[in-house]
Amino acid sequence: MASLVPCPHCGARPKEEFTVKGAAQVRPAPDTDKKSWVDYVYLRENPRGRYEEFWHHTSGCRRWLVVIRDTATHEIESSCDAAFAGQTDART
Amino acid sequence: MKRHGTNPIRYSALSILFNGLRGNQAWTPAWRQPEPKPHYDVIIVGGGGHGLATAYYLAKEFGITNVAVLEKSYIGSGNVGRNTTIIRSNYLLPGNNPFYELSLKLWEGLEQDFNFNAMVSQRGVLNLFHSDGQRDAYTRRGNAMRLHGVDADLLDREAVRKRLPFLDFDNARFPIYGGLLQKRGGTVRHDAVAWGYARGADMRGVDIIQNCEVTGIRRENGIVTGVETTRGFIGCGKLGLSAAGNSSRVAEMAGLKLPIESHVLQAFVSEGLKPFIDCVVTFGAGHFYISQSDKGGLVFGGDLDGYNSYAQRGNLATVEHVAEEGKALIPSLSRVRMLRSWGGIMDMSMDGSPIIDRTHLDNLYLNAGWCYGGFKATPASGFCFAHLLAKGTSHDTTRQMRLDRFERGYLIDENGQGAQPNVH
Repeated sequence: MASLVPCPHCGARPKEEFTVKGAAQVRPAPDTDKKSWVDYVYLRENPRGRYEEFWHHTSGCRRWLVVIRDTATHEIESSCDAAFAGQTDART
Repeated sequence: MKRHGTNPIRYSALSILFNGLRGNQAWTPAWRQPEPKPHYDVIIVGGGGHGLATAYYLAKEFGITNVAVLEKSYIGSGNVGRNTTIIRSNYLLPGNNPFYELSLKLWEGLEQDFNFNAMVSQRGVLNLFHSDGQRDAYTRRGNAMRLHGVDADLLDREAVRKRLPFLDFDNARFPIYGGLLQKRGGTVRHDAVAWGYARGADMRGVDIIQNCEVTGIRRENGIVTGVETTRGFIGCGKLGLSAAGNSSRVAEMAGLKLPIESHVLQAFVSEGLKPFIDCVVTFGAGHFYISQSDKGGLVFGGDLDGYNSYAQRGNLATVEHVAEEGKALIPSLSRVRMLRSWGGIMDMSMDGSPIIDRTHLDNLYLNAGWCYGGFKATPASGFCFAHLLAKGTSHDTTRQMRLDRFERGYLIDENGQGAQPNVH
């Protein structure tokens, strides 16, 4: 895993400042069917390679980010604020 | 017993003597290197501890010997050779406890069973607690264990001190109040587990095919007909997936999306020291576990690194954190030099408990989600997966370890953490 994670607000910061939430999935509509919810809560693509994740800059700007990372090489491709990625539901 | 190819000798004190007199030149390989046959009754994907144990019990207990174990690298190259070798059955929940107790009972008879020295050492596993609340939680766990017929002893502070006087009992933040001891827990020589099962399976006719990576699962009319591999197509009657950290990748070949994330867990060994720690000790205020190998090295580990990973290496921040935990527990570790560290890929399930079950395809079976409890589970996992493959029904101890328990709401969440694999 890279030692520095690029934060769109704070620049490159040590990885230890961040908390990893997991797969950056889109939360289904509340009234959607059970299968979609089971899929969202429990099932994971778990790819070997490019992966979009929610990271929280806990010891920095406290913003939720979407970090695109390679799970085999640990290289970070990019990161952006979750709000600008259209992902505003990244709560723990 | 039906034997194929070279006849492996049974190991005994006499065989060591004779081979020693002949300069140890006459030992034969412990298993064959067969070419894949066109078709097997059962194929197991993954030549780790669980896959080899499954093949062994299929042949020995269930009489199914036309079996192949396919391993993409060499056997034991994955998590069975990358763990901290601890065995125990100190689980709380009824969905878990009888299974892990079956496993511990199988460990107790394993060396006689497969005629191989796995150095099973029941030196005890001691979980320390550091507050009144934690004492209550450990008392509850100990009582749950006893109700399941598993040994558990609650030690007070002085009993722990008598046993391990070098611990930091008066740590300002995490004073030691006592510990929950399982005397029958301990450690095992992990590589020997893979070798013992491989040898035992091979001598009963199982083909262990190394350097053979599965690249596809061929399906016709809703059933599996075989697997595409780097060594060509191999047909099968039943297919069992036992691929640990790569479970999601293999299951995807059959159109199956799993409740699993792959995470890296590190482990560490120090330089060799004189006898120092005579049991397995865990630090209850964080997540740290340590024992001493027979060579004298301290073997220890902590938490996951926290991010999804398929790389068998970890991050320095976790190394530092684990070392700090160790030092908070045992101050005299401060000058001990670390010799090696390594990472293994854990198949972290969404509730922290494993899956041994059928799948949406009639003859496809899944053994996955071992989180970091996989090593201690090896014998029972193999036995129960073999039971499922041979009989088509779950073994009694794995009847709650179903794949569909997540959508049905019957989770086995030992830690009560929810569907967040990186904190299990």
